[in-house]
Amino acid sequence: MSILNLHNNLNTYLILAAILFGMGVYGLVTRRTLVGMLISSELILVASSINFMAFNRFTAPDPTVGQIFTLFIMAIAAAEAAIGLSITIAVYRNYKSVDTEDLVDLKG
Amino acid sequence: MNPSDTTTIIGFFTGDGFAGYADAAAGVVFLIMLATTLVGGIIACTAERLVRAVAGLALSFIGVAAIYYFLNSPFVAMMQLLIYVGAVCVTIAFAIMLAAPEDTKKIGPSGPLSGPLGLVTAGLVTMGMTGLAVNTTFSVLPKENMGSVKLIGIELLTTYSMVFELVSIVLLIAIIGSLVIARHGRSK
Repeated sequence: MSILNLHNNLNTYLILAAILFGMGVYGLVTRRTLVGMLISSELILVASSINFMAFNRFTAPDPTVGQIFTLFIMAIAAAEAAIGLSITIAVYRNYKSVDTEDLVDLKG
Repeated sequence: MNPSDTTTIIGFFTGDGFAGYADAAAGVVFLIMLATTLVGGIIACTAERLVRAVAGLALSFIGVAAIYYFLNSPFVAMMQLLIYVGAVCVTIAFAIMLAAPEDTKKIGPSGPLSGPLGLVTAGLVTMGMTGLAVNTTFSVLPKENMGSVKLIGIELLTTYSMVFELVSIVLLIAIIGSLVIARHGRSK
C-alpha cells in the first residue's frame, strides 16, 4: 500500500484516534491546572469523534448516522467547555487558584 | 502510432493521468493534515504556557476538520471548524484569561503520574487501542446511501429528531447552568 493512499484505509484513522486519545490521557494525568485538563479532555472527545467518523465512512451501511452522532458529540463538547469554564471561574473565586493541588479541602 | 498510445496521451491530459495526479495530491494533503493534527495535539498536551496549549489545540482541530473532509463529510468538517475552533477554543482562551494567572509558581507537570509514568500510561493506552484496531477484522456492510448533507437534514428532523431536541435542551441547560455557577459570589 502506497503512503499516498493512506486516506483510503480504515486503520490510519483508528491509529490517529488512538494517538490523540493517548495525548489526551497524558495531558489529563500530568496537567496541574483545571484549564489544562479541560484542553486534554477536548482531545479525548475529538479522538472518539474520529473513530465514529472512520467507522461511519468505511463500514456502516447508512453514513448519515455517524455524522449525526458526531454532531451530538460536538454539542456535548461545547456544553462541557462552557460549564468547565464557569466551574473554573467559581473555583478561582473561592480558592484564588486553579492549581489542582490547592483544591484539597475534603482531604482528610 | 497505435490507438493505445493515443489513448494514453489523451488520458494523460483529460482522464486517468490527471486523476492519478489528483489522487497523489490528495495523499500529500492528507499527510500534511495528519502531521498538523499530531503536532497540534503534542503542543496542546505538553506546552508550558496554557495559551500555547490552546493554540496547539486549535491547530489540531483544524487538522481534524480536514480529516473529516477526507472521510466524505464536508458538513461535519465545517461544523468542526465553527464549533471547535470558533467556539470551544475561544471559550478556553477566556477561561485562561479569567481564571489562570500566568505567574503561578509552577506551571509544568507534577504529581506521581507526571514524567515517565504518565508517558507509560498514555503509551499503554495508545498501544492497546492500536493493537485492537489493527488486529480486528471489521465486517464491511454495503452502503445504502452516500450520506449527503440533504440526507443528514432529513434524518435529523425525522428519524433522529430526538437527538435534535436533546441537543437543544442540553445546550439550553448548559447556558443557564454556567451562568448560575459563574455568577455565584460575584459581588464579593
